Amino acid sequence: MKSAVVLLPGLNRDRDMIAALTRISGQPPATVWETDTAIPDVDLIVIPGGFSYGDYLRCGAIAARMPALRAVAEKAAQGVMVIGVCNGFQILVEAGLLPGALMRNTSLKFVCREVKLEVANANTAFTRNYRPGQIIRCPVAHHDGNYFADAETLARLEGNGQVVFRYAEGTNPNGSINDIAGIVNDKGNVLGMMPHPENLIEAAHGGTDGRALFESALGIAA
Amino acid sequence: MIKARVIVTLKNGVLDPQGKAIEHALGGLGFDGVGQVRQGKVFDVELGHSDKARAEADLKAMCEKLLANTVIENYAVEIA
Repeated sequence: MKSAVVLLPGLNRDRDMIAALTRISGQPPATVWETDTAIPDVDLIVIPGGFSYGDYLRCGAIAARMPALRAVAEKAAQGVMVIGVCNGFQILVEAGLLPGALMRNTSLKFVCREVKLEVANANTAFTRNYRPGQIIRCPVAHHDGNYFADAETLARLEGNGQVVFRYAEGTNPNGSINDIAGIVNDKGNVLGMMPHPENLIEAAHGGTDGRALFESALGIAA
Repeated sequence: MIKARVIVTLKNGVLDPQGKAIEHALGGLGFDGVGQVRQGKVFDVELGHSDKARAEADLKAMCEKLLANTVIENYAVEIA
C-alpha cells in the first residue's frame, strides 16, 4: 500500500510521520506541498501535526483553504483513506471533512504528556488491528484539542460508532466533550485524532501502541 | 472605498475558557459585579469599491468561508 504525507509551512511532526510510514510500510511516502493541486495515486494520505500558518485565525483554518486540501477532499470523496493527527485533525475539521470543532483546552495550557486511549470502535479501517475496548498509551501535545460538536452532531457520531478513540482512565487532557480523542467521517475513510500514534511505534519510543493504527490503515495483518 | 467591520463571537452554549479567565482576572483587579465575559474577534476589512450591496454579499461569504467557524461562532457585519 502506498501513502502520501501533506506538507504545509509550520508543520513540525512531518518528519516523525514520514519515518513511521516508511518503517511500517517499507517504502517512503510521497510528499504533497501546499500548492499542489493533485495527489499521486495512493491508498492513504496523512496530514501530520504542528502549527500550520502559525495557527493564525484558528488552528488549521488557513491550511484548510489551500489547494492541497482541496486535492485531499477530492481523494477522500473517492474513498481514499485520510488520517489527520493533531494539527492535521484541526485542518480536517476546518476543511469540513470531519464534523465539529477543536477549541482551546479548558485548562488554557499547552498539554504535552502521555494519555490513555480506549479503542471505542475497533471495526474501522484504522483500528481493525486493535481489540474492541483496548486501552492503549499515546502521547498528546496540543493547545487546542478540546473537541466540540452540537448535540445533534454528537448524537449522530455516537450512534454511528464514529467516535473511534476516547481518553480513558481520567486522562482527558483538554476538556473534550464525551472524552472524544478521535473520530471518523460517516463513510469511515477519514480519521482525525489529537494524540500522536506516530510517536509510539518502536521500542526506542518506549512502546508500540501506535503501530496497529498504521498497520490497520496500510492493510498489514496484526 | 468601503470600510467594514466584522465581529465574530462564540455561540451561546459554547464554553469560552479564555473569557472565563478574563472574567476571573477582572474580579482579581477589584472590579466588582462583573458578570459573564465572552471573548471574540474583530476584523477591519477595506474593499476597493463603493457598491454596498456587493460588499454585504461578499463579506457574508467571507465570514461563511473563512472568517468565522460557524460550528462554534456567530458573525455580524457592519459597513461604515
